[in-house]
Amino acid sequence: MYYDHFVLPFTIGINILIIYLIVRYTRWIRSFPPEDKKRIRKGMFSVKTLRAIKELFLECLVHHKVYRTSPFLGYMHMCFGLGWFLLIVVGKIESTVYHTTAFNPPYFAIFFRFFHPANETFPYSNVFAFIMDMILLLILSGLMLAFIKRMYSKALGMKKTTNHRPFDLLILTVLWLIFPLRFLAESFTSGIRGGGSFLTHSAGDFFSQFLPLESLSYPAWWAYSSALGLFFLLLPFSRYMHIPTEMVYIFLKNWGVKQGQKFNAFSEIQMYSCSRCGICIDRCQLNTSLGMQDTQPVYFLKKIRHHKEYALQTENCLMCGRCEAACPVDLKLNALRLSKREDLSRITKDTYNYISPAMQEKAKVAYFAGCMGHLTPTVIRAMQHLFKQAQVEYVFIDEKEGICCGRPLMLSGNRSGAAILMEKNKAAIEASGATLLVTSCPICYKTFKENYDLNIEVVHHSEYLNGLIKNGQLQPHRADYTTVFHNPCELGRGSHVCAAPEEALNAVSHKLTTRYDGLNSLCCGGSLANTHITSTQRTSIATDAVAAYAAYHPDYIVTACPLCKKTFSKKSGSIPIKDIAEMIAENC
Amino acid sequence: MNVCIIGAGPAGCEAAFRLAEEGIQVDLIEKECHTGGNLNNWYQLFPDRKQAADLNELLRNQLKHPQIRLHLNTEATRMEKQGDGKFAVELSDRSLLECDALLVTTGFKLFEAQRKEEYGYGIYDNVITSVDLENKFMNHQLTTSTGEVPQRIGFIHCVGSRDEKICNYHCSKLCCITAVKQAIEVREMLPEAEILCFYMDMRMFGPGYEEMYREAQEKYNIKFVRGRLSEASENQNKQIIIKAEDTLIGKPLRMTLDLMVLMVGMEASEGSKKAAAQLGLKKAPNGFIQSADPHSGNNRTSEEGIFIAGCSSSPMNLTDTLADARSAAITMTQWLKNNIKR
Repeated sequence: MYYDHFVLPFTIGINILIIYLIVRYTRWIRSFPPEDKKRIRKGMFSVKTLRAIKELFLECLVHHKVYRTSPFLGYMHMCFGLGWFLLIVVGKIESTVYHTTAFNPPYFAIFFRFFHPANETFPYSNVFAFIMDMILLLILSGLMLAFIKRMYSKALGMKKTTNHRPFDLLILTVLWLIFPLRFLAESFTSGIRGGGSFLTHSAGDFFSQFLPLESLSYPAWWAYSSALGLFFLLLPFSRYMHIPTEMVYIFLKNWGVKQGQKFNAFSEIQMYSCSRCGICIDRCQLNTSLGMQDTQPVYFLKKIRHHKEYALQTENCLMCGRCEAACPVDLKLNALRLSKREDLSRITKDTYNYISPAMQEKAKVAYFAGCMGHLTPTVIRAMQHLFKQAQVEYVFIDEKEGICCGRPLMLSGNRSGAAILMEKNKAAIEASGATLLVTSCPICYKTFKENYDLNIEVVHHSEYLNGLIKNGQLQPHRADYTTVFHNPCELGRGSHVCAAPEEALNAVSHKLTTRYDGLNSLCCGGSLANTHITSTQRTSIATDAVAAYAAYHPDYIVTACPLCKKTFSKKSGSIPIKDIAEMIAENC
Repeated sequence: MNVCIIGAGPAGCEAAFRLAEEGIQVDLIEKECHTGGNLNNWYQLFPDRKQAADLNELLRNQLKHPQIRLHLNTEATRMEKQGDGKFAVELSDRSLLECDALLVTTGFKLFEAQRKEEYGYGIYDNVITSVDLENKFMNHQLTTSTGEVPQRIGFIHCVGSRDEKICNYHCSKLCCITAVKQAIEVREMLPEAEILCFYMDMRMFGPGYEEMYREAQEKYNIKFVRGRLSEASENQNKQIIIKAEDTLIGKPLRMTLDLMVLMVGMEASEGSKKAAAQLGLKKAPNGFIQSADPHSGNNRTSEEGIFIAGCSSSPMNLTDTLADARSAAITMTQWLKNNIKR
């Protein structure tokens, strides 16, 4: 029987942790609404589970998304994730090969070097020793980077790293101690009894020259086990709760559980899945342009979790989705924030009585300019010109009177108010008998697509015009000037329309490639979602964003959203700001 | 003792004359080919309906003073304070001036109405600015783009003023009374037309202004609607369809206009920005040059020896601009006497 008292701290810690986690997750999942439970039951025995396992490997272990932010940072996270995982798995295999049975106590594999007398050989024992040393070295190198990151985050590609609570710093220290302690314990044992490979064996030889290893080796194993045990006991109360919770989240997400309108158990699972890596801090323009460093998702979720006041953080968010696009855990950060905004709707059905009942001319194509579209008449003019050029019969739904699509109300939490607007607009759209709805405003576009349950296809004008160019109904010529494309938040990150506008723009001009293309585009600052910042602060964000695009020295900065265009044009700059429809109309 | 004045608008001209009368040598620098600045764009002045050209002529005649050297078509390309406290001013004709004090009278710039895209200036033919309307008054011709007599004319107040959406928080002060004046002038030309003013607040701050506003309603039948314009579009007859809200009855409002006049506000001029940058003058958040003290130092700036007058410091009507110029002349004369040895 392999046993020594020093395994107790580890064994007690891991058992308490496992019991705690099982109780916690069971209670959360039991409180899910019935439809989510149904999704879980359906998804569990489908290909979705395999997809989840793949994601688990790529994100929890390899940390593939972190690599996109910075290779160093990705490597650091991979060292801990994949390294620790391999240490456990290879250790278990090693112990199984040695013991010839898998049924050995968990601690046996963890403390294998203590129990395994080095003079005994077993199949491939040298190979195992080498691999285990390699893995330990991998983790230690990651640890070194983690230490550098704490001291000087810029070295790892992060301008700003998360501020942690003292308690989290304590457990961070415990975590950091685990692997050096293992290294010391294994080295000391190797120094006395041999074994190990290039790392622990050499270190053991080295230490034996000047240290009384006989008296140090046993305490080192105690220390290693205690550090592990303490880490497991503290884990549920620290940010490291993300390690087990993220795995649960990945499965639930793949099985189809979604963040709804309310902050529920699934939201809590997401909240606990936040590793507080702080990647969202640099991505947030409220930080980069306004120096606000307390409102990013990492701090918003931290405040909720630790029962701090978070009303300001709930409001102070552009919902541009830049954080969400970069979040390595793929948390639904916008939906989470929105779930905390209360419905304080005051409008009623009577509020919009002045709008005449839906009486529309009939046409196959319906055009909706939206409130913002009406603030940029040049965009409407361009669209009217292009419809004519392409000889498309269309009906202009909100030409004379129209009301908001409802998204601003939804973004402020006022869902019941939004529902009233949606009902009115839906009637007008359906009365037109159209089979295709073209919108000029990405805000309307996202809402029509996601919230209206329309039975017709909805496209943004950039997609529509690109289609007309492709099928030859529009034959623009390619102008000589250069352009950059600013993809509006609601279109790119919000609705995943990236290729169409870029293609269309490239057909009429020489579009320059920027680092802000696609999902990395900047927010103009005009976002309707933020009810906290002032107009002046919005202008600062806009000015910085324009400067970022202007750095490529284009002849025009082109966007595809009337609100972005207006926000960018607040201050008169040297480079003209245009909508993509205007650019195409000029060349048709 | 000599001073340099940058800008020969009403403030620069008036100050030049007053300083010259005190025996001070004045170099007056103007980038245009004639003096008067924005005054050249006006036809009649409020509140007494004086011809703008007459006032301009009066100011121009004063400049014949032997102590004044007028540099037309000339720009101050570089201005700096030297070690001895004197100022060096390099002109676009490559000559170099040296003076004991500087007066910045660079005036204002009209808000570019295109920036308020939803009002359609530059997009719809029958949307004009208050300055375009003055020009029509000068030519005694008030027709729409299609050559017809407008039946319904709307004046839109606060275009580019008190509007945080285009980053201008300040009030340009004189657009309200200008609109009242212009509405009356339009009424005199078109007795049958319907004339409306869309306003946020009516700020009738000067002597006789409130009376003129009352007269506009009672005698000239001009309608005042309290509500800001939200957007405008154009119909096939080139008429302007506007959407606004009548905030006194709390109802949205749609209306067709034959001619829409935008009461454009005032912004810091390019000249003011350039002078502030070159001389290190402190600017107010609205972009105008900040005076040293709103009460006791309204003509002084953050820099010793550099003075301001007129709209380089804030929007002002002509009455105040001329008074401010005289005040600047007194301030500068005193400062020169105390600081410069003959």
